[in-house]
Amino acid sequence: MKKRIWRIIIGAVVFIAAFIVDLDIEWLEIALFAAGYIVVGGDVVTKAIRNIFKGKMFDENFLMSIATIGAFFIGEYPEGVAVMLFYQIGELFQSYAVDKSRKSIASLMDIRPDYANVKRGDELVKVDPDEVHVGDIIVIKAGEKIPLDARVIEGNSLVDTSALTGESVPREVGAGSEILSGCININGVITAEVTKEFEESTVSKILDLVENASSKKSRSEQFITKFARFYTPAVVTVAVLLAIVPPLVISGASFSDWVYRALSFLVVSCPCALVISIPLSFFGGIGGASRKGVLVKGGNFLEALAQTEIIVFDKTGTLTKGVFNVQEIHPVGEYSKEELLELAAYAESYSNHPISLSLKRAYGKEIDNRRISDVEEISGHGVSATVDGKKVLAGNTKLMEKKNIVYYKGELTGTAVHIAVDNQYAGYIIIADEVKEDSKQAIEKLKAANVKQTVMLTGDNKNVSEKVARELGFDKVYAELLPGDKVERLEELFAQKSVKGKLAFVGDGINDAPVLARADIGIAMGGLGSDAAIEAADIVIMTDEPSKIATAMKVSKNTLKIAYQNIFFAIGIKMAVLILSAIGLTTMWAAIFADVGVTVIAILNAFRALNIKNLE
Amino acid sequence: MKKKFILEGLDCANCAAKIENAINKVDGVKEATVNFLTTKLTIDGEDEKMPAIIRAAEEIIKKIEPDTVMKKA
Repeated sequence: MKKRIWRIIIGAVVFIAAFIVDLDIEWLEIALFAAGYIVVGGDVVTKAIRNIFKGKMFDENFLMSIATIGAFFIGEYPEGVAVMLFYQIGELFQSYAVDKSRKSIASLMDIRPDYANVKRGDELVKVDPDEVHVGDIIVIKAGEKIPLDARVIEGNSLVDTSALTGESVPREVGAGSEILSGCININGVITAEVTKEFEESTVSKILDLVENASSKKSRSEQFITKFARFYTPAVVTVAVLLAIVPPLVISGASFSDWVYRALSFLVVSCPCALVISIPLSFFGGIGGASRKGVLVKGGNFLEALAQTEIIVFDKTGTLTKGVFNVQEIHPVGEYSKEELLELAAYAESYSNHPISLSLKRAYGKEIDNRRISDVEEISGHGVSATVDGKKVLAGNTKLMEKKNIVYYKGELTGTAVHIAVDNQYAGYIIIADEVKEDSKQAIEKLKAANVKQTVMLTGDNKNVSEKVARELGFDKVYAELLPGDKVERLEELFAQKSVKGKLAFVGDGINDAPVLARADIGIAMGGLGSDAAIEAADIVIMTDEPSKIATAMKVSKNTLKIAYQNIFFAIGIKMAVLILSAIGLTTMWAAIFADVGVTVIAILNAFRALNIKNLE
Repeated sequence: MKKKFILEGLDCANCAAKIENAINKVDGVKEATVNFLTTKLTIDGEDEKMPAIIRAAEEIIKKIEPDTVMKKA
């Protein structure tokens, strides 16, 4: 780097000297320019010659050498040196900018832990996180990064999860808490048992995802790649034609004039500005989003997000906390409240559905598995099980209707689990879920971001769902859906969007894998620690906040704006200079600006995509 | 099988694209990507052809960017 700078400075001094000092002796002036040229561009010419022997024509070095040496031959000495000088300055700038952006990307991804303190006997040994295995005991001191996913055995502390979630409030952990790699332990000393190998740990997954995201290219990136492939050969071909044809065809056309124009073409022939700046913008956008706790699996998804027209939400666990609590117990006939709850808890004991979990939690006692048999889960309806020899049905109204049981049909304020024993109605239990604090804000922000339709899909009952949808300001709600119905409803919505618009589905990653996969953009919430969600979705929101979707959209729009600016700016300037050079209205100086100047400006512009501080 | 390499000294984005294209055409390669910003080359190829693929990739890189060194990540 230093050597390059000095060469440029010395070359520039010689060049300026040759330019200012008005020497009458022509050969001395040429010699001075030539000396400047050799200092500045000697390495480019050497590389060009070396590459030709390797069978590689038409690279940047070759084109630059031809253009500048050509300028010498037609007597334009200052141009020859200047083009080379500016080319070198541009290259220097470019590698500085690339270096800088590589560093800022590296700092974005600076969540990789360097070591782990493992307990070996009584000793504490510092080892590479790769060498730690599941079941090993690790100690994390204050200020250290958590190296692997683990469960706390001893110690209390505050943990900074901001690198993974963008959440600035630290999380409290104590014995029994799950801790995730990549977070920083703020104050106490924690002893923990490793639950996942490094390869499988959260930090590795996230890094892998962000790094590989650039292999899924956006449409703008694909366009640029294709454009670059034909641009250089096309420009070089036109340059050759420009140098040969007009002087032969047009009478009185001067050969050196047309060669000069052709040489300007060669200077503009590298598509570098585009090839660097577009992927850089997307990479910056993806990196910036990850800092906000939003993982985007590819440039294509980041691009699609900006074009979202319809956004569909699952309710439970996405807009609501997914923590159900038993609110009311209404037994009918011979049963007491406790008995009804016990029957329901037993019948649902094998299920992991949030409703079942809430019943078990409200029941509060150990479930004795010997008392239950013949458990059958009826998807979208409920369960049927034999408890203490009695056939118990627990589920929604559809289950009751299916089994021809007369049940309570009045207005309900929450989700009802109806229970029947030996085909006799035994009463219902009301369970309600709490809406997340930022759900309403999330929908408002999405509408402000020009999303045309917000839709809620849920398996929950109509009354409850409609009430929640009204509160949050949804345009449409489809309630009481079976898992299969969700895909069907999604197909209907697909028909309503425009050709270019995209449909996004937001779910919690549990039970809605088919819908996540079918949508143009599948967004999973609460990805921290959930492998299933990270696998199934295109975009993963690491926290439980639905309002992050609007944030991701802003990042997406910002990134696209920058990418488009660069495309139009770079292609526009290059085309303008090509046309002006062809008709002889401009000099090689403009051409050199169109090459390196544009590259540098485009890189600097792409830099802005990394800056996500102002995006909420 | 997926293999990752670091391309040291890769500082021309257009060359990165050319390298990616060329390696993708090597026999046995399912997908190759060159990430200019992280300077990482990822090759996904058939297991038994992998040694030949790596040799071919090294040659391609030497030809397109003589100053770039392919290192194991």
